[in-house]
Amino acid sequence: MSDANDTLSPTESELRVRAGAKSRTISVDYLARVEGEGALFVKTRGDVVEDVKLKIFEPPRFFEAFLRGRLASEAPDITARICGICPVAYQMSSSHAIERSLGIAITPTIRALRRLLYCGEWIESHGLHVYMLHAPDFLGYTDVMSLAKAFPDVVRGGLFLKKTGNEILRVLGGREIHPINIRVGGFYKLPTVTELASLREPLLRARDHALATVRWVSGFPFPDVQRDYDFVSLRHPDEYPLNEGMLVSSSGLCIHPSEFEQHFGESHVEHSNALHAFRRSDGAAYLVGPLARYNLCGDKLPTIAQQAARDAKLPVRCLNPFQSIIVRAVELVFACDEALRIISDYRADGPPFVSAAYEACEGAAITCAPRGLLYQRYRLDADGTIAECKIVPPTSQNQRTIEDDLRAVVAANIRLPTAELTARCEQTIRNHDPCISCATHFLRLEIEDDAKRQQDT
Amino acid sequence: MKASPVPKIAVWKFASCDGCQLSLLDCEDELLQLAELVHIANFLEASSRVESGPYDVSLVEGSITTEHDRERILEVRRQSKYLIAIGACATSGGIQALRNGASVEDFIRQVYAHPEYISTLRDSTPMSAHVSVDYELYGCPINKTQLLEVISALLQGRKPRVFSHSVCVDCKLRGTPCLTVTRGLTCLGPVTHAGCEALCPSYGRGCFGCYGPKESSNPSSLVSHLHEHLGVPFVELRRLLSSFTTQAAPFVEARKRFPPGT
Ligand code: SF4
Ligand code: SF4
Repeated sequence: MSDANDTLSPTESELRVRAGAKSRTISVDYLARVEGEGALFVKTRGDVVEDVKLKIFEPPRFFEAFLRGRLASEAPDITARICGICPVAYQMSSSHAIERSLGIAITPTIRALRRLLYCGEWIESHGLHVYMLHAPDFLGYTDVMSLAKAFPDVVRGGLFLKKTGNEILRVLGGREIHPINIRVGGFYKLPTVTELASLREPLLRARDHALATVRWVSGFPFPDVQRDYDFVSLRHPDEYPLNEGMLVSSSGLCIHPSEFEQHFGESHVEHSNALHAFRRSDGAAYLVGPLARYNLCGDKLPTIAQQAARDAKLPVRCLNPFQSIIVRAVELVFACDEALRIISDYRADGPPFVSAAYEACEGAAITCAPRGLLYQRYRLDADGTIAECKIVPPTSQNQRTIEDDLRAVVAANIRLPTAELTARCEQTIRNHDPCISCATHFLRLEIEDDAKRQQDT
Repeated sequence: MKASPVPKIAVWKFASCDGCQLSLLDCEDELLQLAELVHIANFLEASSRVESGPYDVSLVEGSITTEHDRERILEVRRQSKYLIAIGACATSGGIQALRNGASVEDFIRQVYAHPEYISTLRDSTPMSAHVSVDYELYGCPINKTQLLEVISALLQGRKPRVFSHSVCVDCKLRGTPCLTVTRGLTCLGPVTHAGCEALCPSYGRGCFGCYGPKESSNPSSLVSHLHEHLGVPFVELRRLLSSFTTQAAPFVEARKRFPPGT
């Protein structure tokens, strides 16, 4: 990697093509429309893809280290700052893990409100990804601003959806980014029935927009790719998973979330500041996120979402990563519908939170961030200070699979012109909505022919 | 000082959670209009159309934690007419400045199996430690309405209308009864910069200072007060002053006045 040129400007479209008879080097300094910064390195020899690396140059922020010595009650607010796009996921996994450690059982009202809060984050985050980050790829635009010129009504609907998700976060959490009303054991203050009822009208409209989104994105052109993933997701017997469930996989795993570390490990590879997760049984990659949830729990989607998927001809078993945009749209329908259900059942009864005295203890939890499983484990000292903690975000779990996808996509398209292949690689990465800030990074694409490399050195 | 007719705006990310720049995308009602008024020349999280500088306005999120970023901010400064630091990370070093003063080697060993792969600076520092900053907008995260106000003020060549009083004053304006007086809760409202419209107290929660200290505040006297009148232990108060803006000078000063052992 030559760092000399990336001091300033992101030049995703600035392709430096050093043409040579047999070789080419493509370099995209920073990948756009992903959350965070990283780099990609692809090495080919003739028609063979020799090496693919998704490099994450996240300047480490050391959350696990400085959480030591903080009070358990501070974990939801502190871990939220790992990611501005999915702060609720961090607040949920940390709260559940600490509650499990301390033996706190939350009330049904708190449980329902947490699902509602999560629906808000899913709507906001999926709305952002579908309309602002991913759709432009399929239609050949650089961003949502130019997309809006071509599809003004569609984009307005998408922005309304996203705004409705944010509205849930604002009413229930106090604000959209880093909500302040969440604490271990529940909430600082329960919303009133009237406050939640005010969300009904916008949510009804948002649900219609979500249905329209499914129709719209299912008409996009999809490359014909089928990947043989090992999907991993939470699965709950009665509902589409958000905060609870068993950890299941398409290869037959079914364990309690607290057993996560016995089955999944993390390794530290040189090219990435984010740890790479793998299955302990065989060291292989796996996939978390919307595609995994849909394939493993699609039967738990509400009728309206299942119908939308059927109408869009989305197969029950969907193995095409490019179609994850349809799955996100289907999950948008689910999240709006679930939010409406929770709001109409809401009674504002019981205490806003449940507490327990601190003791030395340990516990872990997994909840479903929009991008996939978020695991957190805490060990507390008797005075409630955090002695040790571990956080495994979705993007580090998907890193290897993204590399495998890239390998497959480059191999299948190796004859494509450079610019097109580059675009296809970027789209491949965006399929999994990497939330690279669940760290912080630097994404850079290089496709280098081995013959050329040897010539250079 | 007025910026050029269709000002070129750039958004930059350094060590951060992306939350502050996301505030811009959270302006669902204003975003498309804003895109007409200004020329968004560089906003990687939102667009793959990227233009080189110079820029009229650079919005800078995040703190400086690597050698590479230290060089990058100098270049951003050279290319920008106005440089606006947005959020606690960019204005104080952010939550990641909790590493400052600790052994970074230990931190790296706690998180990564191969410390030799990680390159990072000892401290997390705000933009103002490296370049001159034309405007600082506080908050973890910033308030998006204030961000729009700062941008439109720049476009109109006037001073942004952003208040510099405390959260405590906003509670009075909203009519929220004082949590410290009525419920004996610990609250940093009297020393915290306004901007959130006194959000936490309106949810029955004491302010934990995510907008950082307001100018000319006196956190030390608040610390003594909370300790003497409510019996809050110093260790807890020190912790409260060591979070999202832990390296902000008034908070550092107050911690020095009440070091461990007091
Ligand atoms: S100030 Fe807070 S919200 Fe803004 S980027 Fe930093 S951590 Fe995120
Ligand atoms: S912590 Fe203080 S400054 Fe931050 S949102 Fe709450 S009241 Fe406002």
